[in-house]
Amino acid sequence: MLDRIAVSEDVPMPEAPRPLAAPGAAVACEGVVLAYGARTVLRDLSFAVRPGERAAVLGPNGGGKTTLFRALTGELQPVAGRVVAPARCGVVPQTERSRLDFPVSALDVALMGAVSRLPWWRRPGRAERARARAALERVGLGAQVEETFGDLSGGQRQRVLLARALVQDAGVLLLDEPFSGLDTRSAELVMGLLDDLADEGRAILVATHDVDQARAWDLVLCVNGVQVAFGPPERTLTLPTLERTYGGAIVELPGSGHGVLPPHHHDH
Amino acid sequence: MLQALLDPWKEPLNVRALVEVLLLGATGGALGCWIVFYRLAYSAESLAHALLPGLVIAALAGFPLIIGGAAGLVVAAVAVALAGRTPAIGHDTAVAVVVTGLLGLGALLALAPETPARLQELLFGDVLGVTDADLALAAALGAVVLGALVLLHPSLLLVGFDRSSAPALGRAPAVVDVALGVLVALAILVAVQGLGNLLVVAVLVAPAAAARRVTRRVPTMMAAAVAIAVASGIAGLYASFYLDTAGGASIAGALVLAYGAAHAVGGTVRRAAQRSGTFRRRS
Repeated sequence: MLDRIAVSEDVPMPEAPRPLAAPGAAVACEGVVLAYGARTVLRDLSFAVRPGERAAVLGPNGGGKTTLFRALTGELQPVAGRVVAPARCGVVPQTERSRLDFPVSALDVALMGAVSRLPWWRRPGRAERARARAALERVGLGAQVEETFGDLSGGQRQRVLLARALVQDAGVLLLDEPFSGLDTRSAELVMGLLDDLADEGRAILVATHDVDQARAWDLVLCVNGVQVAFGPPERTLTLPTLERTYGGAIVELPGSGHGVLPPHHHDH
Repeated sequence: MLQALLDPWKEPLNVRALVEVLLLGATGGALGCWIVFYRLAYSAESLAHALLPGLVIAALAGFPLIIGGAAGLVVAAVAVALAGRTPAIGHDTAVAVVVTGLLGLGALLALAPETPARLQELLFGDVLGVTDADLALAAALGAVVLGALVLLHPSLLLVGFDRSSAPALGRAPAVVDVALGVLVALAILVAVQGLGNLLVVAVLVAPAAAARRVTRRVPTMMAAAVAIAVASGIAGLYASFYLDTAGGASIAGALVLAYGAAHAVGGTVRRAAQRSGTFRRRS
C-alpha cells in the first residue's frame, strides 16, 4: 500500500485529474471563478470543508456569498475551476426568498424536503409525513405544525426551512444568513442544532455577517469578489483580513482585545 | 320550483352543455389554482386570445376546431418566445404586440366577405352547440390535465413556494414551468370550444381566485375552485335558458359574480377571525 503511494508520487499520471487539496472533503472548490454572463462575481475560490466541520462564509452584501451557494447547489456552473459537492445539498434560504402568500402549513413546507429523495411521480406518504413532523419537533416547532407558513414569525419560518433541510437529510447544509432577524432564543436553538448536525458528520456552511459568531466556528471563508482568506478563525479573523473582506470600513471596539466588527449591513 | 330546475335538462342540447360545464369546471378550477400561484393569468389570457387565427382557419377549412386551436397555440407560443427575446421591448410588451397582431389577423380572416360568419361563435364560444365527439375529446384532455396535476403536485408546490431552493431539492423550475405551460395550453383547448377564446380565461382564473379568498390550504382551495367553477357554470346555463342570454357569456358572468361574492365573504371572515384572535399574524 505504501509502495503504491510512493510510486504515484514519483510518477505523476498526466491524464488523471489534479487531486483535490483535501481528499475526503464534503464540499470543495479548486480555482473556481463564478460569473453571471460577462460579469465576474467571485474568483480564486479554493477551499475544502470536510464532514463534521462548520464553516462561516463571511463577506459584505454583494460579496458573492449567495453566488457561492448557487454554485455549490449546481444552479450556477463555474466558468473556471472545479466544484466538488454532493448532488443535493440541503439549502436553508433567507425566508424572504420564499412566497409568504402561499397557502401552505409548516408541515407542508417541511415535507418538501422529502421531494428530493422521491422520483417525480411519487407523492410523499405516511413515512415522509412522520419524518417531517419529527424534524419540526427537533427545531422546536412541534406545536406549530399546522400553522400557515406566512403567519409564523421570521425566526419560526427560518426554523421551518431548517426542518425542511433536516427532512432532506443531506450531507452538506448551506444556510444563508440563518441568524438575521432571529431572537436570541431562536438563534441559540439554531446554533445548538447546527452543532448537533455537525457532530452527526454533516458539513455545514453558514453565510453570515457576524464576525464574533464566526469565531466559534471551525473554519472561516472570507469573500469579497475574490477569496480573501480561508482557514481556522484564529488565522482568518485578523484585522488585515477583515479590512480586505469588508473594504477597510472596519470598526474596532476599544478595549475589547481583538473585538473587530464589520459595519452593520442590515437594518432588520 | 323543482319543475323549473329540471326543465332545462329535458333537452339533450342542454344536457351536453351541462357535461361540458362539469368538465370545464373540474379542469379549469383545479389548474386555475396553479395559474394563480404562478401568476400566469396574463400568459393564459394571451395564449387564449392569440389562437384565434388557428380557430378561424380550421373553421374555414372544415377541420375540427381543436386542431386549429392547437396549431394556433403553437404559433402563438413560438411568436411570443421570439418577440420576448428582443431586450429593448420587454416581455410584457412583446406578448401584447404578438397577441394583438394574432387576434387582429384572426378577426380579419373571419370577417373576410367570402367566409362564413362564425366569428362570434369562435370569440364567445358555443356551449350549447357541443357535440358528443367534442365532449369525448374534452373528457380525454381534462383527464390528462387532472392526472398530470396529481403527479406533479409536490413539484408544483415546491417550485411555486421556493423557486430558488427547488434545484437543490431536485426539481428544476424550468421543467416544471414548461409542464405547467403545456397543461395550461391543453386546458385552453378544452375550454375554448365552450367559452370561446375571449371568455376562456374566466374559467381558468376566476374560480381559483375566488377559492383563494375563502380557503387556507392548497388542497381545499382546489376543491373549492372546482366547486365554484361547476356551480357558476350551472348557474350560467340556467340564466341562459330562462333569460335567453348567450351561454358562454352567462357562464363567464356567473364566474365573475362568484369571485365578487368570495371576495366579500373572505374579507368578512378574515376581519371576524382577526377580531376573535384566531387568525394570528405575528412578526
